[in-house]
Amino acid sequence: MMKSKLILSLLRHLRGMGHRMIERIWRLGAGARLFFLAMVYSGESFKRFHLTLREIYFTGVMSLLIIIVSAFFVGMVLALQGYNTLQKYGSSEAIGVLVALALVRELGPVVTALLFAGRAGTAITAEIGLMKTTEQLSAMEMMAVNPIARVVAPRFWAGVISMPILASIFSMVGILGGYLVAVPLIGVDDGAFWSQMQANVDFSADIVNGVIKSLVFGVVCTMIALFEGFDAPPTAEGVSRATTRTVVISSLTVLGLDFILTSFMLVV
Amino acid sequence: MTSNIVEIDNLSFGYKGRLLHKGINMVFPRGKVVAIMGGSGSGKTTLLRLIGGQITPSQGEVRVDGAVVHQQDRDGIYSLRRKMGMLFQHGALFTDLSVYDNVAFPMRELTDLPEAMIRDLVLMKLNAVGLRGAHQFMPAELSGGMARRVALARAIALDPAIIMYDEPFAGLDPISMGVICALIRSLNDALGATSIIVSHDVKETFLIADYVYFVANGEVAAEGTPDDLMRSKLPFVHQFVHGDKDGPVPFHYSAGDYRSELLQARTG
Amino acid sequence: MDRTTLDLWVGIFVAIGVAALFGLAMKVGNLTSSKLGPTYTVTAAFDNVGSLKPHAPIKSAGVVVGRVDGIVFNSESYEAIVTLNIDQRYAFPIDTFANIYTAGLLGEQYIGLEAGGDEVVLKNGDKIDKTQDAIVLEKMISQFLFNKAAENETKADAKAAPAVGAELDILK
Repeated sequence: MMKSKLILSLLRHLRGMGHRMIERIWRLGAGARLFFLAMVYSGESFKRFHLTLREIYFTGVMSLLIIIVSAFFVGMVLALQGYNTLQKYGSSEAIGVLVALALVRELGPVVTALLFAGRAGTAITAEIGLMKTTEQLSAMEMMAVNPIARVVAPRFWAGVISMPILASIFSMVGILGGYLVAVPLIGVDDGAFWSQMQANVDFSADIVNGVIKSLVFGVVCTMIALFEGFDAPPTAEGVSRATTRTVVISSLTVLGLDFILTSFMLVV
Repeated sequence: MTSNIVEIDNLSFGYKGRLLHKGINMVFPRGKVVAIMGGSGSGKTTLLRLIGGQITPSQGEVRVDGAVVHQQDRDGIYSLRRKMGMLFQHGALFTDLSVYDNVAFPMRELTDLPEAMIRDLVLMKLNAVGLRGAHQFMPAELSGGMARRVALARAIALDPAIIMYDEPFAGLDPISMGVICALIRSLNDALGATSIIVSHDVKETFLIADYVYFVANGEVAAEGTPDDLMRSKLPFVHQFVHGDKDGPVPFHYSAGDYRSELLQARTG
Repeated sequence: MDRTTLDLWVGIFVAIGVAALFGLAMKVGNLTSSKLGPTYTVTAAFDNVGSLKPHAPIKSAGVVVGRVDGIVFNSESYEAIVTLNIDQRYAFPIDTFANIYTAGLLGEQYIGLEAGGDEVVLKNGDKIDKTQDAIVLEKMISQFLFNKAAENETKADAKAAPAVGAELDILK
């Protein structure tokens, strides 16, 4: 009796897992379809560029504060931790290289993407989810206005444009933060800091790759935020769950993609 | 050109094996105000969506101005929708736009009119609903009744031939209800349009409707002029129209024997 | 937020972003130094290029004067032919030495040019005759072991020789 109950509950769990797996694959397909539609209907986002401009303000400009403050602290911590280890091997002058490479290659694009998902991504999901709940999207459809062209595509392009800009700002501010800790605070030589960095950071291998990464993350994070909002059940609970999903799925996808992109880039 | 601008012909529609509508037949003559009434969940709002082409019937046809709605391609649907204006429940105003921009939205999206002309038209429409002085407000700053009126101004922005109302009286105070009621009738006659009202508000609807369809159990249970229906001997119609507590729609949700359930609770 | 203020803020945003990217490229990266300007091409043949790679620096007196363009194998002479792009500002005599050095102890390999004394200078398409191969670590180690073994042998011979001499003395 006990054994069959155990088997039954096990089977139920397996069925649930399989169900959820299929659901996730379905969502992936639906998300890809939304991406494709957003591409197809992108004409309006550029012909009436003020629509996209407005979204760049709300996703990009409004994220500036959190990006700059975070970048500053990340750069400073990098310098502190880096110095702590480097000076044991007498290589404390390489601190500039460490901070610059860590930021430009990895932390700039990745941390920016995570912060973006948390701030701008959730805002997009909540806004679109709310528009769906209050029937604004339906109203648009009934007025013969394509909601994907009018609402989804401009936000997509705004995210793709904003992300590399934010990542570059993150890297630069982080390096400045690292500089402030390394040179005035710790006492590393000013000239050595910058010259070692210039000798070891390659424009095409490191900086351009960082920008490519942030573009990819921009596409991914914005698309996930848009899809979750578009697909949210039109209730208060549905929208709130959708915003949580945006952050979680964006973060995991960014980290996973980062590994894949890095392995491509380092091989070349 | 037929005398009916909208015809619903032997329509059946359902979700996941459960039929919401079975073989519905309705006609909407030009220039008239026609009401669709019934209990909650009887599929009244779904009928509006079927007319607007947002969903496709499982069987039968919906014809607008002679054209079969679900057979239209994307451009065809959009050209049909330009003839329609819809007032959603609770208004569905675009929360990020002002009252002025909300009413101007269909004009800016669907026409090439210059801004000066749009300004005149917007003010005219707002004047028709009595809110010309409120054009600078944001939707969040409006009361429910005012928001509903702005949404009405937006629905008639392009002088549509068909105006659809989804529960226009829901949640309004008596004065607002009276205002909307009068506006529906006067606008219909002034524009020479056809109005379709979905409502369960008997008093207001009967005041202005020329013809009423009663939907119950997925079928047209009764139809006629308001006077006909007030005098109807059909038990369902009588209960609905007079608001009787008990009748074909029972008071008690099905439950077990009252006495034995109470006794169970005490001894159990 | 009216349109003009919005546009202003977005413009500032994009400008800061471009400035950051520019700053990264100029100050942080080596964009300014990696561009060489017009170059002329010469070739050099080596028996062993070690781990020399294309884009490796060519230095003279420690200053970067060019970049390695390509490395190909010549199946007739069984040599590696290295193409060097040297900045046109710097002229080298035809008896210049091209050596492969290693940066640091185990670092990247680069080409070092040591100028000779000839008055005639290298032109585009010329060949550097005097080359020195890369030091291959394995060869060095085996050489070291070989030398060590030879040293021990001569020490053993030297030890053996006086012993024989001592016996001869006893016989006297």
